[in-house]
Amino acid sequence: MTPKKADKIAVNVLYGLSGIIVLILASLLTYILVRGVPQFSIEFFTQPAKTFEVGGGIIIQLYNSFYLLLLTLLISTPVAMGAAIYLSVYAPQNSFTTFVRTAIEVLSSLPSIVVGLFGFLMFVVQFKLGFSILSGALALMIFNLPLLTRTIEDSLTAIPSSQREGGLALGLSKWETVTRIILPAAMPGIITGVILSAGRIFGEAAALIYTAGQSAPALDFTNWNPMSITSPLNIMRPAETLAVHIWKINSEGLMPDGPDVSAGASAVLILAVLSFNLLARYLGKKIQKKITSA
Amino acid sequence: MNEQIVSTENVHLYYGDFEALKGISMEFYDNQITALIGPSGCGKSTYLRLINRMNDLIPGVKITGKVNYDGKNVYDEGTDTVELRKKIGMVFQQPNPFPFSIYENVAYGLKIAGMKDKNKIDEIVERSLRKAAIWNEVKDKLDENALALSGGQQQRVCIARVLAIEPDVILLDEPTSALDPISSGKIERMLEELKKEYTIIIVTHNMQQASRISDRTAFFLDGNLIEVDDTRKIFTNPEKKETEDYISGRFG
Repeated sequence: MTPKKADKIAVNVLYGLSGIIVLILASLLTYILVRGVPQFSIEFFTQPAKTFEVGGGIIIQLYNSFYLLLLTLLISTPVAMGAAIYLSVYAPQNSFTTFVRTAIEVLSSLPSIVVGLFGFLMFVVQFKLGFSILSGALALMIFNLPLLTRTIEDSLTAIPSSQREGGLALGLSKWETVTRIILPAAMPGIITGVILSAGRIFGEAAALIYTAGQSAPALDFTNWNPMSITSPLNIMRPAETLAVHIWKINSEGLMPDGPDVSAGASAVLILAVLSFNLLARYLGKKIQKKITSA
Repeated sequence: MNEQIVSTENVHLYYGDFEALKGISMEFYDNQITALIGPSGCGKSTYLRLINRMNDLIPGVKITGKVNYDGKNVYDEGTDTVELRKKIGMVFQQPNPFPFSIYENVAYGLKIAGMKDKNKIDEIVERSLRKAAIWNEVKDKLDENALALSGGQQQRVCIARVLAIEPDVILLDEPTSALDPISSGKIERMLEELKKEYTIIIVTHNMQQASRISDRTAFFLDGNLIEVDDTRKIFTNPEKKETEDYISGRFG
């Protein structure tokens, strides 16, 4: 066989393999959207779920998902940022930091149901936080931290060391160099990383079943007292998210239109995650462009 | 007579077990350009970076001997490297402007140092860019990103950035090796202007450059300082055979 022919075959095989991936994704998306989008209606987005009757909506679950996402990002971004700055700038190359990196990698490969059960024992039972948004956000933090730390660290180390040297040579301290030169330059990568992790958090169910709980108490969107159980701001109330709702309908749903609600909710979930991804790419590119003026 | 600004006494530098500098003693004078030449790996860049303690960033580096500046050894315990680097500025081989506007790049050191007076900053930015011979090219686009400039322009912005914090000494590590001849020429002429106010130490691979712009030249080989003297003497009548071989292109 001539090298040219071998090359041609290799390219075609690679095309085929990538094609399979695209095909799987496309058929999955099409199925979910074709099945789900017809369920969309004003009621679907504005009514609470119904347990036994037809016509329940997802407003509370949808709200819970966003609220939980916001809290999780608020908790995990600063922690991940700190760890990433330490690892990329300050940490010496020794067996301890290698150990920390390995630990992060192991943590990121933990099945989310294990994280969920750990969160249940730790936050729900031990810390007596109960099934609550707070327990859920803490479990999701554990779930989210490794990957987020990794992406932020990667964006920080991607900044050429000439920038770091330039700052230091200008009489900036190490901390000033990090906060005033490296962080701004790494911002596009960091924002992209945060938004991508938002997609993962938004779609997560297993880690939440035993932490944020499987019930969605009625919310009164005019009640802004964070201590009240019906207030959307309360972080101590149980909060079923969209992803958990889908799981629950399919495992023990009693409403007659369960499959329809589930299909509609899945479509909403997919569209949300998809738009997070598109937003991440868009923002990343835009900031990159602004920074490099390329 | 020019005043002695920086001197080193018997400086050794080790990267782990490897001895990169084997006892270097020399002096640098005010209002002069001193060129450090020698083949790749001879230690000239390492020596340059030792003066403002940029080698501190590399793990496993050990340094013995003294680097005297302003009546003190810069390797004394009490030295504030942040303050030291403000007085001994550095320009690198690859232009490394920050991803901000041209104006911000030059004003950066001042702002970090706590200067608030907008008029004063404007004035220093303009003066620094003029000294760096780039004012006329950028005065109408100070708000544009410095990364959008050409390599030669970026390098001059980097020099302006150093000038803005008013150092005594400027270290240049092969500042023109990544640039085209026209940009290099501009930087050379600028350095000849700058030496009226500063002590300039430049590492260069380009021997014509060393002979054109420097007052004194030091020749390094394998971590040793072979010879340091007036540039004219080094290039016409060097004392050592190694120096003669190198400048006549017999090796390196």
